[in-house]
Formats: sequence, C-alpha cells, structure tokens
Amino acid sequence: MDKFTTLTGIAAPLPLINVDTDMIIPKQFLKTIKREGLGINLFDEMRYDADGNENEDFVLNKPAYREAKILVAGDNFGCGSSREHAPWAIKDFGIRCVIAPSFADIFYNNCFKNGILPIALPQEDVDKLMDDAERGANAIITVDLESQTITGPDGGEISFEIDAFKKHCLLNGLDDIGLTLEKASAIDAFEAQAAQSRPWV
Amino acid sequence: MTAKTLYDKIWDAHLAHEAEDGTCLLYIDRHLVHEVTSPQAFEGLRMAGRKVRAPEKTIAVPDHNVPTTIDRETGITNEESRIQVEALDTNARDFGINYYPVSDIRQGIVHIVGPEQGWTLPGMTVVCGDSHTATHGAFGALAHGIGTSEVEHVLATQTLIQKKSKNMKVEITGKLRPGVTAKDITLAVIGKTGTAGGTGHVIEYCGEAIRALSMEGRMTVCNMAIEGGARAGLIAPDETTFEYVMGRPHAPKGAQWEAALAWWKTLYTDEGAHFDKVVTIKGEDIAPVVTWGTSPEDVLPITGKVPAPEDFTGGKVEAARRSLDYMGLEPGTPLSEIPVDAVFIGSCTNGRIEDLRAAAEILKGRKIAEGVRGMVVPGSGLVRAQAEEEGLAEIFEAAGFEWRLAGCSMCLAMNPDQLAPQERCASTSNRNFEGRQGFKGRTHLMSPAMAAAAAVTGKLTDVRELM
Repeated sequence: MDKFTTLTGIAAPLPLINVDTDMIIPKQFLKTIKREGLGINLFDEMRYDADGNENEDFVLNKPAYREAKILVAGDNFGCGSSREHAPWAIKDFGIRCVIAPSFADIFYNNCFKNGILPIALPQEDVDKLMDDAERGANAIITVDLESQTITGPDGGEISFEIDAFKKHCLLNGLDDIGLTLEKASAIDAFEAQAAQSRPWV
Repeated sequence: MTAKTLYDKIWDAHLAHEAEDGTCLLYIDRHLVHEVTSPQAFEGLRMAGRKVRAPEKTIAVPDHNVPTTIDRETGITNEESRIQVEALDTNARDFGINYYPVSDIRQGIVHIVGPEQGWTLPGMTVVCGDSHTATHGAFGALAHGIGTSEVEHVLATQTLIQKKSKNMKVEITGKLRPGVTAKDITLAVIGKTGTAGGTGHVIEYCGEAIRALSMEGRMTVCNMAIEGGARAGLIAPDETTFEYVMGRPHAPKGAQWEAALAWWKTLYTDEGAHFDKVVTIKGEDIAPVVTWGTSPEDVLPITGKVPAPEDFTGGKVEAARRSLDYMGLEPGTPLSEIPVDAVFIGSCTNGRIEDLRAAAEILKGRKIAEGVRGMVVPGSGLVRAQAEEEGLAEIFEAAGFEWRLAGCSMCLAMNPDQLAPQERCASTSNRNFEGRQGFKGRTHLMSPAMAAAAAVTGKLTDVRELM
C-alpha cells in the first residue's frame, strides 16, 4: 500500500451532505476486474452530461480544481454501498485526502486500505476549510499525518484525531494481511477452540 | 458479572486476538462472495501466492450482473458483466469454495441464498463485500459489509481487523396497524434517526412489534440498518428463528442441533446491559411510508405532502433542494398524487416469498395501470419456484407484471434492468440515490404491498385503500 506522510495541494470544495457511493462512482463502472483507471469516472453523473461532455459547473471540471489533491465535503460522506471502487476512483483521480464532518463506516475503512486519509473534523473547522477551498489555486492546504495537523493558506493550524493503528499503517504503507498473518498462531488457537465449543459452524 | 448486550456476546465469542491499543482480530464464521467486489481480492491472493484459509466457510454466488430474463442461459451479452461472472466461476473453482452458479436453481441474491441454505446461523459472524450483509443480523448474527481489501483479508486469514462499535437499541413497541410492514418499520426508523444516526454503532432491534415479525420481515428490517449508518443490525434469536433454521441444508442436525440450540438460547441482551443510544418508536404510530427524495432518510407517511427545502435546517436545505430538482417534485404536492412509470418488486430487502405474497395479495384480480411497467424479480431460484407453486406467479402475470429470474436486478441496475432518464419508479429496494436505478431515474422506496398498490393505480397510493 502507498504511504501517506504529508500532502500539500489544492483542496476542492464539495459542500453537499450525504455524498453517496453511487455519486462517487456509479454502478456501470463496477464491472471492472481491476483497481486502476476509475479516476476518469469519479463523480461521473455530476461531472458529465448524458452525451459525455463535461459539466462546466462541477467543481472538478473547473480549471482551478483539476489538479486537486484534497476534497472538502459535507456530513456523512461515502454513505451507501461497500464498493471499494469509490476510494479507488478518488485515488486514481489524484485525491489522497478527504475532509468532512463525518464519514460512513465502510467507506472510511476502505480509504485506509488504499493510502487515502479521511479526516473527520467539527463542522466549524470544515466550514473554515470549505471557505479556503473556494479560493481554488490560491488556497494550498497541507496535511501532516505524523503531527495530525492541517495547515491552511493563512497559516492557521487545525489538529485532527485518528486511530493510532490506522495512522501507523498509513505512515508506513503496511499491508494488513501481512500484519495479521504474523498472528497466525492466535488464529490457529482460536479455530481449534471454536471447533470444540461450536462444532456446527 | 457485567451485563452484556447481544452484540457484546457475539463479539466476545469471536475475538481471536486483541492488541494493547484495542485493535482486534475478529474471527469470521461465514464469508459470502459475489462477482462485483471479489475479482480484485482473488487476484491479490494469486499475486501473493496465498490460499483461501477456510474454503468450507466461504460461499459464492453471482447476483449483481446476471440478467433476469429467461434467455440468460444462453449467456450474458454484456461483455464486462460476462467477464466478471466468469471470473467468479474460475475463482470459485480454483480456490475450492462453495458455489451456486447462474444455472443452479439455488442461485439468487447472496443475502437471500445464505439464510435459505442454512449458511447463516444465530451467533455467527458473517461478512460479505456488500453493504446489505446487515440482512443476516435477523438471525442474531453479527453481519456487516466490507470492502474488497477486507474481502481479500478474510479470504487469506478468516479474520477482520476491527475496533468494537458502540451499542444502540431501537425498540418498536406495541403492534403494527393493518397495512404496515417490516419495510415501513425500517424506513420509519431511518426517517427518525437519519442516514448517519447509526454511524459507529451496531443496532439491536427489539420490542413487541419486532418479535411479532417473521424471519422474512426481520431480514427486511436488518437489511436497511446500513441505510441508517449502522455497521450492523441485530435481532435476538427466538423460536421464530429456530423454526426457520431447522432442517435447512447447512443447518446443524441431531446432537449438534441440540448443542447449537442450547448456545443460541443464551444469545440475548442481559437485563441492565448498557446501550450508548436508545430510540423508541410506538408500533401504532408507524404508517405506510414512501420516500420523496434521494436519501433513504427522506421518508414520509403516504398521507403526507412533498416538503419544501425551507422545512429543513443546515446542509439538509441544499440537499432537499437538489433532491426535489432531481426527483422533479413540487413542494406541497400530496404524495398520493405522484404518478409512476415503473414498479419494481424484488431485491435483498424485499425479494423473499412473504414479500411476493404481500404484493400478490393486492394484485389478485386487479390489473396494472395503463402505461406502467411492472417487474417482479424473486430473490432466488427457490423463491421463484415456491411462488410458482403457490400460484403467485400467475397473479403477477395476470396483472401484467413481468415474472423474472433471480438476481439484484433493478435495485442497482448493473444488469439490463434499468430506468430511463426521468422515469419514476415505485420500488421495494433499499436506495433512492441519484442514478441508482438508472441514469437520471427517480426512485420512491416502499413496501411490496405499497408498490403493488402503486402499480394498480399508476400513482403512489395508500395501500390501505385497496385492502
């Protein structure tokens, strides 16, 4: 997995609540058997019209945000399905950090498996960053995972919370499966005991 | 001894390892797999030279992409869909997991097949690369959706890295009124708590109205726990559960049945156990409901009117404006005056036999309104066969519905079953998101009986008027 240490870039504002996974990547793009190449279809139904032309009004189509690395959004971001295609599309577009007041559970977990940092902040902090993001290329934001801080274009700092284990894995780009297999003896022991206590499973 | 919730008990029984920081390895009893979220996971195993740790606990079935027309046996015409289903065929064979191919009568939506075949049992941990895995919570199993990376993790290790969620209780007291069903309960709960109301929690549904539900109804309730933001929904097992499970192909038999039953009977929340959040709704206060917007929390009784953006506060004002624009609705319009173009009966929420019976009950001796397209998609081949045996298929066809083969179908429209732009659908599925049932398609969620009523009148309708 790709490491996440620090990230400096343009933040795109998407001031919508309940951005769902069907919005992030509609189902017709779930037919792939690969993880790559979904960035072009990120937010497909908002980004393109029925003929496949770009909607000028959509934030990621505006010149200032085409190279955005950070997304600032509303409450309950990523609700809906478990499709990991959602973080795959976000990452493939070039976005490595999503900031919102809250996230749906499965989407939040999926981000960490793909080197994307989801940051949940109080509404007032998100509002401040949303204002910064509205300034486009004039508003470069820096996210530092080690120190758990976001630095805005005016130098103001916002700190954020993150689970220590998830932070460790992201900073070091660790593979979950490799880590779990180190505990294989614990799994073996559990399985042996469960075979006695719940043999019908 | 500390009083435990049902969730606490299942969690404790599956804890394989706990690190000092509270990060846990949770052992997984059943891993359900479908074609959309698994190819990359199997590919990951191959690249790392890993095996499936417990193929006997892994069950695969194609459901999202499969066409539901009778000619599907000749093959899937959409090339990408065909490749994805073929990949599952190959992966199931190569890794030696349990498999129900498209040609098997037991094929269907993974969340209907699991319980039907007795793979899902009380007290288990069940995962699947699909958010509606919450369905299996109806058995008192801890069941939730996972992403593809986690699918690979479970395939390789039979565990998941987890932190424990909080406990939330949703109690539905008293009795339901006539015409009110499990779907109305689950939508009413989301209408009250919002789509993020359960975030970070596992919900236990309880109360007299929940106890009175059949297993089919309980699955409908738990299925949409995810729409309320919860990691999982649970209902404590009881005689209704045991009766449903007994005799199923993969349920325990003989002495093992007795041993299992003894443990299952301990699976309830202890008196005085702590819940971090409690929501109580009176059963008699729940009316037949429909959704008006593009979030499952946009729920109102069918007797209500389309709201205005100004009726809300915060981010919901803009969200409601966007929803109304997308849905093509004017504030103040009575919900019962909204015309529909299509009716979809099916999905892992409402594709079981009881759902088809409820819809057929309304459609018996009636016809679908002119200009309305109706589709019934049974949740599995076995549900379809049973519905044919009970004469339900004849009722649907006589009413003018298309009688389809099993699959996810127009719940998410990955196969050819889709709405055209601006087409409006009365749907028994679980999500009314923008584009969910087809590009620019408009979805109103409701119960099977309500969907049948809409088919008859050609507009959203209070089913109680047709009872």
